[in-house]
Amino acid sequence: MLSIKNLHANIEGKEILKGIDFEVKAGEVHAIMGPNGSGKSTLASVLAGREIFEVTEGKVDYFEKDLLEMTPEERASEGIFLGFQYPIEIPGVSMVNFMKTAVNQQRKHKGLEPMSSSDFLKLMREKKDLVELDAALASRSVNEGFSGGEKKRNEIFQMAMLEPKLSILDETDSGLDIDALRIVANGVNKLKSKDNATIVITHYQRLLDYIVPDFVHVLYNGRIIKSGGKELALELEEKGYDWLKKGVDL
Amino acid sequence: MEKDQDKILNEVTQGEYKYGFVTDIENESIAKGLNEDVVRLISQKKNEPEFMLESRLKAFRYWQTMKMPEWAHLKIPEINYQDIIYYSAPKQKVTLESMDDVDPDLKATFDKLGIPLDEQKMMSGVAVDAVMDSVSVKTTFKESLAELGIIFCSFSEAVQEHPDLVKKYMGSVVPYTDNYFAALNSAVFSDGSFCFIPKGVRCPMELSTYFRINAANTGQFERTLIVAEDDAYVSYLEGCTAPQRDENQLHAAIVEIVAAKNAEVKYSTVQNWYPGDKNGKGGIYNFVTKRGKCAGNNSKISWTQVETGSAVTWKYPSCILLGDNSVGEFYSVAVTNNHQQADTGSKMIHIGKNTKSIIVSKGISAGVSQNSYRGLVKVVKNATNARNFSQCDSLLLGDKCGAHTFPYIEVDNKDAVVEHEATTSKIGEDQIFYCNQRGIKTEDAIGLIVNGYAKEVLNKLPMEFAVEAQKLLAISLEGSVG
Repeated sequence: MLSIKNLHANIEGKEILKGIDFEVKAGEVHAIMGPNGSGKSTLASVLAGREIFEVTEGKVDYFEKDLLEMTPEERASEGIFLGFQYPIEIPGVSMVNFMKTAVNQQRKHKGLEPMSSSDFLKLMREKKDLVELDAALASRSVNEGFSGGEKKRNEIFQMAMLEPKLSILDETDSGLDIDALRIVANGVNKLKSKDNATIVITHYQRLLDYIVPDFVHVLYNGRIIKSGGKELALELEEKGYDWLKKGVDL
Repeated sequence: MEKDQDKILNEVTQGEYKYGFVTDIENESIAKGLNEDVVRLISQKKNEPEFMLESRLKAFRYWQTMKMPEWAHLKIPEINYQDIIYYSAPKQKVTLESMDDVDPDLKATFDKLGIPLDEQKMMSGVAVDAVMDSVSVKTTFKESLAELGIIFCSFSEAVQEHPDLVKKYMGSVVPYTDNYFAALNSAVFSDGSFCFIPKGVRCPMELSTYFRINAANTGQFERTLIVAEDDAYVSYLEGCTAPQRDENQLHAAIVEIVAAKNAEVKYSTVQNWYPGDKNGKGGIYNFVTKRGKCAGNNSKISWTQVETGSAVTWKYPSCILLGDNSVGEFYSVAVTNNHQQADTGSKMIHIGKNTKSIIVSKGISAGVSQNSYRGLVKVVKNATNARNFSQCDSLLLGDKCGAHTFPYIEVDNKDAVVEHEATTSKIGEDQIFYCNQRGIKTEDAIGLIVNGYAKEVLNKLPMEFAVEAQKLLAISLEGSVG
C-alpha cells in the first residue's frame, strides 16, 4: 500500500527527515515512537502533503502512484487520513456542513454522485455513536469549544465518516484521560479491516495496549533507528530511548 | 511559504464577475452634464407635479454649494459631474398592460440575472420591482398586494398615483441637506421603489427591488421609500448588478424607511455592483444614504447587508430610534478584494426611552483592498435606559489588505449601556490544510471558512437570499487565500 524510500524533508531549510524507509501493507498497524523532536509529526505532515515541508530526496509510492506528486486533497480523496495532533477550529462552520463537503468532494473524486442529505445525516448518526460523541455534534462548529478529549474523538469520528485506506494518527492519545483513550482506541479498532492500514504515532506504550501494532519503529533524529514487533514498545517503556541512541551516527 | 500563500491568494481572488454582460438595447438618454435645465428635463420626462420639480431644484441649488466629503478612509479620484449622463431609459412602451408588453431583451436580461419577471416563474413569495438604469421596468404581484392595501410600485408611479404620500414622507428621514450625495440624489433621482404597508397589515411576501445599471457613462440615482403604518410588517430585499466596463460609474442612492407604532421593517441588501477588474480598473462608485426612522413606540428597523461589489462603497445604514422601546439593528458582511475600497458601518441614534440597538459588522479583506468599519452610537440626554451592543470583526486574507475600525460613541445620558467589541483575525494556513486533508479543495475551504465567519449575518437574510449570498461570498473571494 505504502512504500517510503530514503525520504528527506526540510522545513525552512532545516533538515528534519534524514532518510526514512519503511513499508505498510493492507491490514497492518504500524506504531512510530520516538523522543520529542525526532521527526514523527513531520513524517505525518509530509505524508499528508503539508506544503510548509519541502521534500528534498526520496520516493513515496502509494498504491503504485507517486504520492509526492499529489495535492493534499487528492491524497485525502485517495484514502489518506491524518488524525491531527492539534485539531484545528473553524468557527461558524458546522460539523455537518464540513463533513458533508468533505464526503461529497471525496465522492466526486471517485466519480460518485453526492450523498443525499437524509443518507448523510443517517451515516453521521451511526458513526458518532462509535466514538460516543453526543447528538449535538452535527450543529456544533468544527472543533470550536470542544474539550481536548472531544477534539480527539472528533478526529476518529471523521476517520469513520471518510473510511480511509491509510490512517495516520498523530499523537491521538496525547491529552486523553484513560476513559477517553479507551473510547478512541475502540473506535480505531472497530474501523480496522484487512483492506486498510493504520500508522499510530505516539510517545507512550499506553495507547499500544489498546491498539496493538504489528510493527514498531523508533524514529530518532530523522531516521528509523530500530524496528521490531509489539514487544519493542514494551522494551522502550521499560528502558527509555537512551540505549538506542548510543552508537547512532548523529 | 510566503510565495505559496501569494499564489493561492492570486488564484482564489481572480474569480470572474458573473454579471458583467451588457444588454444591447435601444436607450433614450439625455446629453451628459448637470445644470438646472437637466434637472428640469428629468422632471419633465417623468411628467412630475410641480412640487417635485421644486424640491429637485432646491436640492440642486443646495448641492452646488457643497463639497464632496473627504473624511472617509477612501481614495477616490476626482469625479467629473459634467461627464455623467443623468437620465437613460430603455425604450419601451410607457405603460405595461401585461408581461407581453415587456421588451423581450429586457426580459432576457433579468432572466439571465436570475430575476424572472414572469409571475408564474417567480420565486414563490417574492414580489419584484425591476429597475434598469433610470426607470422601473416591471413590478410583479402588484395587483394581489393591492388587495391588502399594500402599495408596491416604482417611485415614478408613486409620484403620479400617490403624490400625497410621497410629499408627506419623502425627505422626512433623509433631507436633501443631509449630505453631498443625498443632495445630488434629491436633485436628479430617476426611479426606485415605493412601498406602503397600511395599518395592521403584515405583508405576506418578501418585496424586492432589483437594480441594474446597463447604459454606459450613466449614473444611477435611485430612491426607495418604505412606509410601515402602525402594527405593519414588511421584509424588503434589494439586489444590484452592473456590466463590466472600464470607466467608473456613479451610483448615489437614498433609501428612507419610516416605521410607525409597533411596526417592523426588515431591509436586506445583497450589493454586487461591478467591482472593477483585478487591477482596479472600472467599477461602480457606490455612495448611498440609507436611514430608517423608528417613529412610533415599539417599532423596529433591521438592516442586513452583504456588500461584495463596487470599486468604492460609502454607506452607513442607520436608525433613528425616536419612539420609546424602539429597536434598531444592523448586520453587515462587507467583502473587499483586489483594489476595492469600502468605508461602511452604521449609525444608531437613541432618542426615545428604553431604546435598543445592535450592530454586527463582519469585514473580509483580500487582495490589496481596504475595508473600514465606521459607526456612530449616539445617546441623547433624554434617552434613558438606552442599550447598544456593537461587534466589529475583521478577517484578513493575505497580508497586503487593510482592515480598519472607526467607532464613534457619544453618550449624554448616564443610564446608557454601550458596548463595543472588535476582533481581527486571519484565515490560517492551518485551517485550509485541515480542510484539504479531508478532501476539500482550497477554494471550497475558503468558501466554507468565510461563510462560517459571516454566518451570524447571513442567518439574518431571508431564505431566498441567504443561499445566493453564500455563493456570492465564495465567488467574490475566489483566488484569495493566505
